[in-house]
Amino acid sequence: MNIVVLVKQVPDSGAERTLSADFSVDRASSSNVINEMDEYAIEEALKIKEAHGGEVTVLTVGPAGATESIRKALSMGPDKAVHVQDDTLHGSCAVATSKVLAAALRTLNPDLILSGAESTDGRVQVVPHMLAELLGVAALTGARKLTVDGSQLTVERQTDEGYEVVTAATPAIVSVWDTINEPRYPSFKGIMAAKKKPVQALSLGDLGVAGDEVGFAGATSQVLEFSKRPARTGGAKVVDEGNGGEQLVAYLATEKFV
Amino acid sequence: MAEVLVVVENGVKKVTLEMLTIARGLGSVSAVVFGDADTAKLGEFGAEKIYTASGEDVDGYLVAPKATVVAELVKRVQPAAVLLASTQEGKEIAARLAIKLDNGLLTDAVALDADGTATQAIFAGSAIVKSKVTKGLPIVTIRPNSVTPEPSAASPAVEQLTVAVSDTDKLTKVVQRVAEQKGSRPELTEAGIVVSGGRGVGNADNFKLVEELADLLGGAVGASRAAVDSGYYPHQFQVGQTGKTVSPQLYVALGISGAIQHRAGMQTSKTIVAVNKDAEAPIFELADFGVVGDLFKIVPQAADEIRKRK
Repeated sequence: MNIVVLVKQVPDSGAERTLSADFSVDRASSSNVINEMDEYAIEEALKIKEAHGGEVTVLTVGPAGATESIRKALSMGPDKAVHVQDDTLHGSCAVATSKVLAAALRTLNPDLILSGAESTDGRVQVVPHMLAELLGVAALTGARKLTVDGSQLTVERQTDEGYEVVTAATPAIVSVWDTINEPRYPSFKGIMAAKKKPVQALSLGDLGVAGDEVGFAGATSQVLEFSKRPARTGGAKVVDEGNGGEQLVAYLATEKFV
Repeated sequence: MAEVLVVVENGVKKVTLEMLTIARGLGSVSAVVFGDADTAKLGEFGAEKIYTASGEDVDGYLVAPKATVVAELVKRVQPAAVLLASTQEGKEIAARLAIKLDNGLLTDAVALDADGTATQAIFAGSAIVKSKVTKGLPIVTIRPNSVTPEPSAASPAVEQLTVAVSDTDKLTKVVQRVAEQKGSRPELTEAGIVVSGGRGVGNADNFKLVEELADLLGGAVGASRAAVDSGYYPHQFQVGQTGKTVSPQLYVALGISGAIQHRAGMQTSKTIVAVNKDAEAPIFELADFGVVGDLFKIVPQAADEIRKRK
């Protein structure tokens, strides 16, 4: 099975994050990492390859610095990577990014596309369905379990109420939550091997995407204002000396919750 | 006055009423309902018109048919805006709609002005942006607990839509829908009060304490990632970076240290109360009221005290 995993480099969600002066996500002042949820997608791809054979390709759209995350992804075990990199991509919205990803995916012609359910920077969750719409393939999103039987895919999709069992035939895109598996740690051998794995660089020209369809020029939405919220400050803190529960309820009562 | 479409995916929820309230500021409100329409409730909150779409072609497949139905309606009535709930499915319909109409979209808005400017909380609620769709009409998903729903009586006319979906809309079949535990509790993202347990709760059985306090307060139950990863509570109740974002009036954190991944999902709550045995736990930096101590003593005592006051 020809599997492509979408990998996004994001600012570390454990550190301070901000927007640049042009209101794009500031990727310079923070440490950048693989979007955590994508590691689960990589693990799932590797498991399917181990069980059914095939090839796993990592696909990233991002600036030059994203190479670091691509090598990290490859160190887990995928065979190769494609990096779409073009200065005009800076400031692209989700719609434009999806168009670029779709163009790259057409050149790769995968049976299965895997992605994280959301990225930790935008948390927008829209890319998998945008790709399905652009490529005319099935989307099985929010998976907590994926079963592959030949060309038939079955997913347990997490919902607010419980879960849904959804099925489709390949080609398809599946997005995964972090409940689906436990990603492997890269081995030393994997890290060394990753340095030699092919990473193909593609520009927008290579993909036939016009520059005015992406970046700030092609953006379908615009940020007008950005401001930091004032940090919360802690209030009263009491140490329980036998009546902590009562004190808690007394506080809730003054705030009219009981 | 142009119509504003409010998409109702899965029955009328609190966020539906919030959307209707917001939509009234942008135009004449039309609800697009999948399944049976609660005409009375939608009318009570200002829906002038209700479009319904139902049947196996809508229910039997994942999301795509709903997006097609909404897209066809948009082309026909040329609305001023389309509002959807910031749920998984709401965002997915919005995603497909944006591609079908080659249109911008904004997700997770907590406010929407009459001119289509949306307010969004980003980076774990640490920052606020104001944004606008610059291509096409505003397609905006609204996060639950953003505004207080306000009734405004209307008598909606109901129109049943003809559903004409393509084969590509039917690629992903829904073969089973399984409801898991929740009981009569309010839905996590919509609840006015959320009581969450973390690693400090110790095991799945002890989550009964969290549930008991939630039930006494009329709230929903949440869990930290540590608690979910340890198997204490199901993932759909996870609050934080890789789970749900909640913004209730009251958030009660029991045995939760307050790692940044958890704060990401709850720090826009109005009032935060915490119980933790570690006086240095970062959750106390957020909490309006904190109790340092053993939650297994404090929570049962609090529960008794609430019963006494009732």
